Amino acid sequence: MIDILLFAFLMLTALGILRLRDLFAAAMLSSLFSLLAASLFMVMDAVDVAFTEAAVGAGISTILMLATLAITKRQEKARKRQLRPGPALLVLACGAMLIYGTLDMPHFGTADAPVHTYLAPRYLEVSPIEVGPPNIVTSVLASYRGYDTFGETTVVFAAAVGVLLLLGGRRRFRDAGWDITMGVDLREVQEIVARRQEGLKLPEGDP
Amino acid sequence: MFAVAMIAILICMALLISKAFTADSVFDRILVINSFGTKTVLLIAVLGFLSGRPDFLDLALLYALMNFIGTIGVLRFTRYGDLSSMDQDTTQKPDGVEWL
Repeated sequence: MIDILLFAFLMLTALGILRLRDLFAAAMLSSLFSLLAASLFMVMDAVDVAFTEAAVGAGISTILMLATLAITKRQEKARKRQLRPGPALLVLACGAMLIYGTLDMPHFGTADAPVHTYLAPRYLEVSPIEVGPPNIVTSVLASYRGYDTFGETTVVFAAAVGVLLLLGGRRRFRDAGWDITMGVDLREVQEIVARRQEGLKLPEGDP
Repeated sequence: MFAVAMIAILICMALLISKAFTADSVFDRILVINSFGTKTVLLIAVLGFLSGRPDFLDLALLYALMNFIGTIGVLRFTRYGDLSSMDQDTTQKPDGVEWL
């Protein structure tokens, strides 16, 4: 019951994001979307996924979107909205195929689903002896899937470095008086313009 | 008891979503997100008692903390357009939401 309501809220929010022209509002609504998704994961007992969704979706990605908005503009460019049948059909067909794919899967929460019968019992029984921590999820993530976790962390680190370079580098160049797009020292240009306005001769060598 | 609380929280969520669509100022929307985060915290707390396993109450605390930090971050951005201007550097964007 709760999850159906939360799903309805999710769809409402998604439609709202589609309709809005105000990009700041869209960023805020996507943060709201993430909080809703986190609540939904919480209802489905996936607390770790929920927390990741809330931290990344509602926290970091909202900040990143705002950083992008600070560089670009706030309003979306107005253009005609019309329903094009080709893409709409393609999307609907993809959605139908995905739903068809879920029909084979075991129902949510089934005890004899392959996920619960394959490796999970072994983890539950042996991991306190083999690894140690009382939290089994921790020992799975940090020990049994250690390389996987290491790879994920590397990917996340690389992504963070890339984003910081994109967002932070521009500002540093601007502070130093350099326009990154032109490669011209803006302060020098301003100085030349000012001198010209005062009617002084330009120093030799300057363009 | 907890069911009633849950229904109240869900109604609050619906109201907040409708407000998020119709809000007409930047700060209204930020406030909507902040109080929606609070509703998430409440939902987690009530959900634990509703399902008889209140083990995740500390997680609700963590959500509250994150919500607070997130709101501060968003507000910094609306003020400075940047996260790293920790000092009183208001020379670039002095009038707050002008860049928006």
